[in-house]
Amino acid sequence: MERPQDYVQRRVEERGVRLIRLWFTDVQGQLKSFAISPVELETAFENGMIFDGSSIDGFSRVREEDMVARPDPATFELMRWGGNDENAARMFCDIERADGTPFPGDSRQVLRRSMEKAHAEGFTFFTAPELEYFLFEADRSGDPVPLDNGSYFDLTTADVASSIRRETLTTLEAMGIPVEYSFHEDAPSQHEIDLRYTDALTMADNVMTFRLIVREIALEHGVHATFMPKPLTGVQGSGMHTHLSLFRDGVNAFHDPESPDGLSEIARGFIAGLLHHAREITAVTNQLVNSYKRLVTGYEAPVNVSWARANRAALIRVPTSREGGVDDTTRIEYRAPDPACNPYLAFAVMLAAGMKGIEQGYDLPLEAPPSMTGFTEHGGLIDQAQLPQSLDEALDEMEKSDLVADTLGDHLFSWFLRNKRREWNEYKSQVTPFELDRYYSNL
Amino acid sequence: MPVLAIYPADPAPELAQLLDLSGFIWKGVSQPVDVDNLEPDEGWGGAIVQLGADGELGWGMLRALRKRDLPISPLLLIIRGSELQELELRDDLFDDFCLDPFHPRELEARIKHMLALRTQSVTGERIEYGPLLLDLETYEASVDSRPLDLTFMEYELLRFLATSPGRVFTREVLLSRVWGYEYYGGARTVDVHIRRLRAKLGEEYASLIQTVRSVGYRLGEGRRR
Repeated sequence: MERPQDYVQRRVEERGVRLIRLWFTDVQGQLKSFAISPVELETAFENGMIFDGSSIDGFSRVREEDMVARPDPATFELMRWGGNDENAARMFCDIERADGTPFPGDSRQVLRRSMEKAHAEGFTFFTAPELEYFLFEADRSGDPVPLDNGSYFDLTTADVASSIRRETLTTLEAMGIPVEYSFHEDAPSQHEIDLRYTDALTMADNVMTFRLIVREIALEHGVHATFMPKPLTGVQGSGMHTHLSLFRDGVNAFHDPESPDGLSEIARGFIAGLLHHAREITAVTNQLVNSYKRLVTGYEAPVNVSWARANRAALIRVPTSREGGVDDTTRIEYRAPDPACNPYLAFAVMLAAGMKGIEQGYDLPLEAPPSMTGFTEHGGLIDQAQLPQSLDEALDEMEKSDLVADTLGDHLFSWFLRNKRREWNEYKSQVTPFELDRYYSNL
Repeated sequence: MPVLAIYPADPAPELAQLLDLSGFIWKGVSQPVDVDNLEPDEGWGGAIVQLGADGELGWGMLRALRKRDLPISPLLLIIRGSELQELELRDDLFDDFCLDPFHPRELEARIKHMLALRTQSVTGERIEYGPLLLDLETYEASVDSRPLDLTFMEYELLRFLATSPGRVFTREVLLSRVWGYEYYGGARTVDVHIRRLRAKLGEEYASLIQTVRSVGYRLGEGRRR
């Protein structure tokens, strides 16, 4: 047995692990899990574990198809939070077909493929998402009820929300997911936790773990945590602003000390690529009907396809790097994604768009001026382009995109479109409270 | 402060004086059974054996110190130049030696050096450094007796750093030695794993892994200050 497998085997014995959860992700970004016992571990490493793929979204068509989950020993972690089965551990899996070929519906492999492509050109892709979410009272029958009315950076003492957040942070760190910052966000009951950068594949795994930990710890406290992009009308929604950087030979490829603004040609190309393809990749980074309720003016969410240093409303922000741009913290922040996305696919399309800009040498449009407050209707600088206004529009854009089709692969690309079209069509036929309120009594 | 076993139990005045002046804590042992009977609760921290006139008794004491379930280490032998040939085939009985008559400064330096190495000793299948303990056979890692739940690569990185405490490794060296060149994470991966290791070590012990600015990382303090 190879050393990483042997390591897992020995840890399971030494720590008395009784249950090993095998994790993977469906196309929609939902975490799927099944458990094996330690005696099955060796088989799982050697042959993978067979399961019926027909029950998983986006995994097979009508007929039943056996799939094989192959655990990645490098991701072995003990699950260290209260309500879990004692002595449980988890590993992420790659999904294969019964004949051993990679399964094209496996989004983890989509990202792996994209990263290997970038790696062939010498680049490693790092991401650091800022995850926002709301904590509501656990009664889910009615409307979401916020726990508190704290606001940005409020130090709310001894309230339940802050003890939940503290426990969440401790658990994340113990699971090997380092946290950069955490604070109470603008909106009532909204929280933000910023993860420290790591390679995008590990980070996508981390986002999956993060969402589970946040929800389970909230549940233990009798509270409901939600990553729904826009749960409340009239206050800002939850985003997943994602900091992106490329490294080459261990050096930050976005940084150029010679350039007046510290940005390298590679950074400029990457930003240009993201802007150029922003509308095409939005269906992936913002995949729900509800996502588009967040992407409206007035709530600190991006609307226009623009980039800026000093303008927080831009789609792409270039944060001031520390120490006057001399160190290698140069990065860009893509502000469209929301935390309900499939992180594997979202990171993959962001990387593909940026890499395209570098390869094709796209021109970087003018920077949006700092004076623009961003809460105006216009001000985007590429032909006043706006991000798609609805899932429907985003899917139209995606369907035309070779970039997204190439990145996701045919199977996943067409399944995603079909599934999301259906979601849109179901939504379209709904009579909403807005309509009843507006029209019912007057017409 | 570790307690040293000293043979003969009534050491030569210059040795006793040196030990007391340098602040070492010691107990004399005059025969092999004393090694067990006089052993302090925390175990012997090491031993110094001055071979003296009757070599056989001295070697018997060395064997008693070494041939136990938990051999006593480090062990310094003080030996006359005329007896140096006796060292042959007895390498396992001592860690270092000093010529008799000794120069007090030299002996003191040797004892200190030996005890310093002790705190970072690699004994067979275990690596110990201060509160950190790695069992290479079972992959068990613990700090201050608290087990660390590490991923495989976190474990490998810690193990590599711990085999040469105090030595600074660049990111590139760590990447090639721990991961192998082909890992697509690049040298930044090292930073990421160091951060994760520190998180798992916990606040109190995070500083076991030191960042050496513009160079890389090391376990514990540098060898030269």
